[in-house]
Amino acid sequence: MTRKALVYVVLSAGAVVTTFPFLWMLTTAFKTYAEAASPTVDLWPEVWQWQNLGETFRAAPFATYFANTFLVAAIVTSAVVVTAVTAGYAFARLEFPLRRVLFGLVLATMMVPFEVILIPNFVLIHRLDWYNTYAALTIPWCANAFSIFLMRQAFMGLPGDFFDAARVDGCGHLRFLAYVAAPLVKPMVVTVALFAFLGSYNSLIWPLIVTGTESRRVVQVGLTMFSGEAGVQFNLLMCASALVILPTVAVYFAAQRHFLESSLGAGIKG
Amino acid sequence: MIFERILGPLDSLFDRIGRRKTGDAPLAAFLLVPAVLVLGVFGIYPLFFSIYISLFDLRMGRGAFCGLENYTEALTTPNFWHSLVVTLYFALGTIPVAMALSFLVASALFRIVRGRSILRTVYFLPYVTSVVAAATIWRVLLNPHYGLVNAALGAVGFEETRWSQWLLEPKGVLYLATGGLIPESVGPSLALCCVILFEIWHSSGFMIVILLAGMTAIPRELEESARIDGANWFQVTRRVTVPLLSPTIFFLLIISAIKAFQAFNSFYALTGDGRGPVNATQNMTVYIYASFFLNGREGYGAAVATLLSVAIVALTLAQWRFVGRKVYYE
Repeated sequence: MTRKALVYVVLSAGAVVTTFPFLWMLTTAFKTYAEAASPTVDLWPEVWQWQNLGETFRAAPFATYFANTFLVAAIVTSAVVVTAVTAGYAFARLEFPLRRVLFGLVLATMMVPFEVILIPNFVLIHRLDWYNTYAALTIPWCANAFSIFLMRQAFMGLPGDFFDAARVDGCGHLRFLAYVAAPLVKPMVVTVALFAFLGSYNSLIWPLIVTGTESRRVVQVGLTMFSGEAGVQFNLLMCASALVILPTVAVYFAAQRHFLESSLGAGIKG
Repeated sequence: MIFERILGPLDSLFDRIGRRKTGDAPLAAFLLVPAVLVLGVFGIYPLFFSIYISLFDLRMGRGAFCGLENYTEALTTPNFWHSLVVTLYFALGTIPVAMALSFLVASALFRIVRGRSILRTVYFLPYVTSVVAAATIWRVLLNPHYGLVNAALGAVGFEETRWSQWLLEPKGVLYLATGGLIPESVGPSLALCCVILFEIWHSSGFMIVILLAGMTAIPRELEESARIDGANWFQVTRRVTVPLLSPTIFFLLIISAIKAFQAFNSFYALTGDGRGPVNATQNMTVYIYASFFLNGREGYGAAVATLLSVAIVALTLAQWRFVGRKVYYE
């Protein structure tokens, strides 16, 4: 029994260490400037400064950053779902020439380190005259090999009888995909959407190099810039960090079971 | 309804075409075009374009052919080698520690029932938060003048130690630990060690969750029978659990090595520009970023990127060859 207690003590200690920075961020976000910048170890603010939220939005154009981020993430997420479902279905269920070669090429893009394609894509964006546009932020990310691979695996797992049954009822491939197959693999569709959203929302280096003005800046880039400008306005800096973290944590909690379980399966069996 | 209006005729059309000799090919083309176009233009083509660019002295989009000069320049530049060393320190500092800690936490989580899912969620939390925001927190915590870490150390009597600069300290930790016996430039800098600690904190959740899933899949009889035979915890772990978990551990090793070699966000967000004090935290990816984005030399950056990916591929193959064969598959 004491061993069990020890396990709990160790685990709880670890959990405190893991979460403490977030707790500290949340309390510091609502301290006064002086409290936040004074080197003390007081965790709780003297008086909760709720107006810091508004101050943060006035200190830097976070409203624009968030609008850009959500617009980009929405476009990328929906595009990734569409391309992954259609391409995944084609690779899993259709017979066509060069299928293996094409699928091999798709998988090859998964193994390429991203630094290698960073510079050519940067040059390409400039040659296409897409610098500082939403096109540059979204289009290169509208399809990815991992999502296609996941959807293909999901569609391969469906029994062939389903298709035969649908065929008897007059369905072709497209209707079968839209009304039978896609709904059946919905858990995987949700997983792909989540990965796409988190990937887009959290990306830094690409938006950093292809945007140059505040009007197209996304929130991750905006936060690093603000971190340089804010100096010792730690309260506002922590408030901004909390705002940036909030959407992903909300998404994570909303879809937690789903996310953990299916991403695990994919990771290990992949 | 509108959806069916568009989908219906398309479906019938492809169905009719499909009944002829062409088979599924036209439909496959229709379904694959968007994905293949994006991946082809932004995934495959850049591979070749990158090698092409690396043969030019390309600066801000223009420049003449220069053969392999970019490669020879990289291999003779101290900063290039320094960034490779930083990358290696980072990989060697993060992976073993994160793996060991995650293994301990995962085995502890595996032993309990009540509270397991809540604790698992808590440990996974840093991993789902954006690196930039999490790094911003740590940057403030480690601030030499106003940060909580120094304030806490001061409160227990350690004011103004030689460690107090944290992320701003380019001197080596060995130099600091030995009080100057070992030269400053030997071993990882304190700034780099802070980045390493941050990375361990941020990415262990992923390892814990994967290891825990792996442990749940191990048949329990084996561990139980080993225990009945009188093996202690350490022996069971070493002789039964780890071998049975080796496919999972190997998967994590490959993934985290690749990630460590590609790390950028934590470096950039923790130090403000990725380079850190006196380039102390300039790893390969930051070096590439600095070459082409800050210094405007795309050709040189592409050459360095090619060298880095050769290193990554070589490393991965070496792991398959030397570690992979120790992996036990049932």
